[in-house]
Amino acid sequence: MDINLLRSLVTVAALAAFLGIVWWAYAPSRKDRFERDARMPLNEDGDRP
Amino acid sequence: MSTEGSYNYTVVRQFAIMTVVWGVVGMLVGVVIAAQLLWPELNFDVPWLSYGRLRPLHTNAVIFAFGGCALFATSYYVVQRTCHARLFGDRLAAFTFWGWQAVIVLAAVTLPLGYTSGKEYAELEWPIDILITLVWVAYAVVFFGTLFKRRIAHIYVANWFFGAFIITVAVLHIVNSAAIPVSLWKSYSAYSGAQDAMVQWWYGHNAVGFFLTAGFLGMMYYFIPKQAERPVYSYRLSVVHFWALIFTYMWAGPHHLHYTALPDWAQSLGMLFSLILLAPSWGGMINGIMTLSGAWHKLRTDPILKFLVVSLSFYGMSTFEGPMMSIKTVNALSHYTDWTIGHVHSGALGWVGLVSIGCIYHLVPRLFGRTEMHSVRLINTHFWIATIGIVLYIAAMWIAGVMQGLMWRGVSADGTLTYTFVESVKATYPFYAIRLLGGVLYLAGMLVMLYNVWKTVAGTKPVDAPIPAPAHA
Repeated sequence: MDINLLRSLVTVAALAAFLGIVWWAYAPSRKDRFERDARMPLNEDGDRP
Repeated sequence: MSTEGSYNYTVVRQFAIMTVVWGVVGMLVGVVIAAQLLWPELNFDVPWLSYGRLRPLHTNAVIFAFGGCALFATSYYVVQRTCHARLFGDRLAAFTFWGWQAVIVLAAVTLPLGYTSGKEYAELEWPIDILITLVWVAYAVVFFGTLFKRRIAHIYVANWFFGAFIITVAVLHIVNSAAIPVSLWKSYSAYSGAQDAMVQWWYGHNAVGFFLTAGFLGMMYYFIPKQAERPVYSYRLSVVHFWALIFTYMWAGPHHLHYTALPDWAQSLGMLFSLILLAPSWGGMINGIMTLSGAWHKLRTDPILKFLVVSLSFYGMSTFEGPMMSIKTVNALSHYTDWTIGHVHSGALGWVGLVSIGCIYHLVPRLFGRTEMHSVRLINTHFWIATIGIVLYIAAMWIAGVMQGLMWRGVSADGTLTYTFVESVKATYPFYAIRLLGGVLYLAGMLVMLYNVWKTVAGTKPVDAPIPAPAHA
């Protein structure tokens, strides 16, 4: 395979992967879990004496 | 083992204290070389004190000693607390501390002696490069080992940023430091010509992107929510922020080589990716600042929060300025002028410096069993001295830089240059004085911090916080 075709395919695949991540992060079904995850550092106590 | 029930704060304490110490040292060297530009006699005709040798000492000290220690301290603290697990490998963690301090001391000795590979921000010669590699591999093992034994299913976003920083810096360091040694303290780059330049600035720009950005964004995502006592504005945005940064940062390096022997298409590509970078940079900045929505009143009373939030304002400013300067026509004016120095210090003093200082003020009382710093008023004093110092510094360098760029390109009607180079140097002179004043103020702030930390720590017993019981998770 031509190296430049491979390069183009990798670029397109990277863009598709990124768009997939955006869709995954913003899908309504994952809203609650991300809000839970965001609270994680605040739920731990005992960082002050 | 009794230590398994508590977090390893020993190494965090060591790195936190050394952040302050190296901050003072590195910024002092910065003030000295700023004074040398004003009064060249200050090198006292001693080779070790000449500007060309002290300048890399300054950059290495503030980036790798001050910034590096802050990154080690915060990443070790955050990864333990968000994984509910003690740091993996106590001895290995201790090795990263002593190894990193050895690298810093070796740099402080070899750079003034004139041993340098000549690569900006990668000046250290090959034996030190090998030690850096060993320490970095140990760092990766400790960090990812802790992630591996975590007792919380989700890996908090701050750890993603810290992890990306560790992996990327390892790759950058090994590729750019590849060299052929000819003696113990002299080596030549494995690359040549335009390729060497491209490898160097691929490294150089990603040192900014990953050493000076990704790790500090990790700090932002943990310490701003903690200090504001509110969850991050949008966790989903933080996921997209992370991946957008990862996908784009790598390709921006060629903007350091506009109008050079680098192929034109590579320059344009670097410019394009630099412009795209505005989106993730500002997305992250907005995510950090908006974390305070509904809690803005805390800024009035909490100087630590002031440090953290104002650092984000400087991050926003410098990540807007950066893409603008990467545009070829703007770069034709700005390159090789003091505008670049102003831009770098807006990011370094404003973003990296202030966010690190804020995190250390948050950490120190918690690591030494105090409820807060010795003096909260002095934190506020530090904040204002530092902020005024930054504004003086960057405003002076902006004006000086644009002036230099305009003078250098000025052409008279008969086709000759309007100004000689030395005329531009003379015109810059007053701005070097203002820059020195800004630097002195920033250093003064660090001395206030050193005193405050000393008073907070003196006479206390180090405290290692217990790890929460599994049910808590």
